[in-house]
Amino acid sequence: MTAKLTAVAAAVLAAASLASAQAAEPKHGGILHIYHRETPPSLSIHEEATFSVNAPAMGIFSNLVIYDQHKPQNSLSTIVPELATSWAWDKAGTALTFKLREGVKWHDGKPFTAKDVKCTFDLLQGKAQDKFRKNPRKDWYAQVADVTVNGDYEVTFHLKRPQPSLLAMLASGYTPIYPCHVTAAQMRTHPIGTGPFKFVEMKQNESIKLTKNPDYWKKGLPYLDGIEYTIIPNRATAVLAFVAGKVDMTFPTEMTAALEKDIKKQDPNAVCEIAPINVSTNVIVNRESPPFNNPDLRRALSLSLDRKSFIDIILQGQGDAGGSMLPGPEGFWGMPADMLKTIPGYGDVNKDREEARAIMKKLGYGPDKPLKIKVSTRNLATYRDPAVVLIDQLKQIYIEAELEPVESGAWFAKVARKDYSLGLNLTGNGIDDPDQSFYENYGCGSERNYTNYCNHDLQKLFDQQSVETDINKRKQLVWEIDKKIQEDVARPILFHARTGTCWKPFVKNMTIMTNSAYNGYRYDDVWLDK
Amino acid sequence: MGTYLIRRFFLMVLTLFGISVLVFVMLRMVPGDIADILFNAAGMIDVAEKAKLEHELGLDRPIVVQYVDWIGGLAHGDLGYSYVSEKPAIDEILPRIPITAKLAGLALAFSILFGVPLGVLSAVKQNTALDYVLRIISLSGLSIPAFWLGLLILMAFVAWFGTIPIYTDQPQGFWSTVALYSVPAAAVGFRSSALVMRLTRSSMLEVLRQDYIRTARAKGASDRNVNYHHALRNAMLPVVTVIGIEAAFLMGGLIVTETVFNIPGVARFLVEAIRWRDYPIVQNLVMFIAVVAVSINFIIDLLYGVLDPRIRYA
Repeated sequence: MTAKLTAVAAAVLAAASLASAQAAEPKHGGILHIYHRETPPSLSIHEEATFSVNAPAMGIFSNLVIYDQHKPQNSLSTIVPELATSWAWDKAGTALTFKLREGVKWHDGKPFTAKDVKCTFDLLQGKAQDKFRKNPRKDWYAQVADVTVNGDYEVTFHLKRPQPSLLAMLASGYTPIYPCHVTAAQMRTHPIGTGPFKFVEMKQNESIKLTKNPDYWKKGLPYLDGIEYTIIPNRATAVLAFVAGKVDMTFPTEMTAALEKDIKKQDPNAVCEIAPINVSTNVIVNRESPPFNNPDLRRALSLSLDRKSFIDIILQGQGDAGGSMLPGPEGFWGMPADMLKTIPGYGDVNKDREEARAIMKKLGYGPDKPLKIKVSTRNLATYRDPAVVLIDQLKQIYIEAELEPVESGAWFAKVARKDYSLGLNLTGNGIDDPDQSFYENYGCGSERNYTNYCNHDLQKLFDQQSVETDINKRKQLVWEIDKKIQEDVARPILFHARTGTCWKPFVKNMTIMTNSAYNGYRYDDVWLDK
Repeated sequence: MGTYLIRRFFLMVLTLFGISVLVFVMLRMVPGDIADILFNAAGMIDVAEKAKLEHELGLDRPIVVQYVDWIGGLAHGDLGYSYVSEKPAIDEILPRIPITAKLAGLALAFSILFGVPLGVLSAVKQNTALDYVLRIISLSGLSIPAFWLGLLILMAFVAWFGTIPIYTDQPQGFWSTVALYSVPAAAVGFRSSALVMRLTRSSMLEVLRQDYIRTARAKGASDRNVNYHHALRNAMLPVVTVIGIEAAFLMGGLIVTETVFNIPGVARFLVEAIRWRDYPIVQNLVMFIAVVAVSINFIIDLLYGVLDPRIRYA
């Protein structure tokens, strides 16, 4: 009885303290100090493909629409308006019209109009006179035939065919609206946006400084006076800087499970969250040249993999086995566990390896005559470590592999030349949506489809799921496609990592996205309880 | 002496020319250029776009033309533009030089202030308990890796004082500058002072065994007079050389200390620029370090003449 009463009292107290925390009135002022893991190549989000850029730059910009910054799982149902006040599809699903917010100003005082939206997408599609130096996501808008302006405050996206997930792409942190009157080159060195924070300066190896935009279109926001990113590439120093209070927050999703434990030990008050980042570690297979042009050998490879070992050794258990789509519950489109188990290489490891060894023997390999190959990968710890585990696992099926670390600068050229047998690769997904993942990584002719895997039947299924408006029907199709991709050993997925972010308890209203590391850095209603 | 100086000066110019060619060629022999790195960072391969960027940056021109352009620009004070930040290279390089110079200067001062007197003390008290302690300290300085020592210092600061002496903002005022740089300078200076200490000790021991030292003692000169007037000046020649080499090294070789203490100096910037294949930054920065190293060597040569009249009159 006493125990019950104690439990009830504890629950009441906890509820009361939670309620008081939630009810706390946000405070204006203060600079949020975050450490940054590296100097970003630029702050022009459209030209880059790393959240090293999104994290500091998202606060500078606004999108037409955005994923709700306080709902950790991004999906079509969590999209909210930003520069658009509303949107509507036509009946055919090929025209998406946005009504735009009036009275919004760019950071240099010029007014925002529909023309800026058109300019942004003309740039992205290579139709503008000005050009991006790099345009890594032009394929996202492959179905957009044109963007037309209807007056100053309405734009329509005309599609070649229905694509409901266009909205998901527009809501990504990767899709800010750029001003017409600023060149692409200027946007790399001094970005101008309509977001809550204005760009002040970026000093290589030193810092990135943003200051409050007093004319932000969300009245009363942002709460912060600014955000300062101190660039601390050495992780040990960065962790100590956080513990010592030099920074209020670690770089998002940068903490491993071990580091997170270390931080909690040194600073028990720190708030830490570990979540998936939708970056998969996978194997790229050169299926055009011997020996892996043989489908049997590719099957043996997939049967040799022990994903749990990868997760335990590399991530201390903080990871998930899955297909190309991030597994649930955080992932919206991941295959159910029961379905995953039916795929070769995802079931009983010992049984699968027996089968793999039988295949290898049939192909003429054995303990005395192993297949000798190289596993190539970028010479970075996050790539090398899983490659070493992979090499160890391949030994179980008579494949004697040697690690070939490749300098980052030479990596993609080597991949493009198909100068590898097996490669260890990391794939980050900007949004948790099959259109982005399938077309980008497995689509025939896609720039990011490094292995040139091309299955025309699957390509038709890609299109079929892409036009489907019923979420449940689309999920079934997506699972079927993902299963087929894994069975085809297109790019065997080893694991999806979970990583951590820590912040001091006085940093309020911070939400970490759980199915993408690219979309949750607007920070317009983050505040400091100091 | 005049001929000696002129000869040394021409040798200096020749060395710098050799370095410029070496740096320029070696940089281009490293796999990948800025276009490769930028496209790698974006996770994409687009041969046409990459070629366009290489053309825009002039990387597709013959290497000789690129070299002549660079040297021509250098002669006019035009260092080109950083490929990464797209700002003038001079604006990127110049602010970092005082940062490293302060750190190197303090570290050098630390190494001289501790290394020379303790080295002399160790030599004159040879084989005493004090000598053994100083030898252990100097051996520790030489064998403890800089990154390990740096991290230990940072951890100790966090554990004992709840703060961390790293660079997060430009220090304002003289004392805050000294406070910020003194800890990393001590970490670097520990190794340098150990080197200076050991060299001073062995050099002093060698000199103290010379006949003229015995003669000085026989004439009744005091220990202090013998050690500091007769012995130390002659023992300093190799020590000055090492201090000079250390000074040159410190301008470009502080990568570990700058990384651990997060100091945005020349060395860290150079490594970052190499990673990005930011040729204008790397070339000019290496040339700057080379000029510093060669100039210091030149000054040391002049000092030889001051310290040893035999060189002056040769």
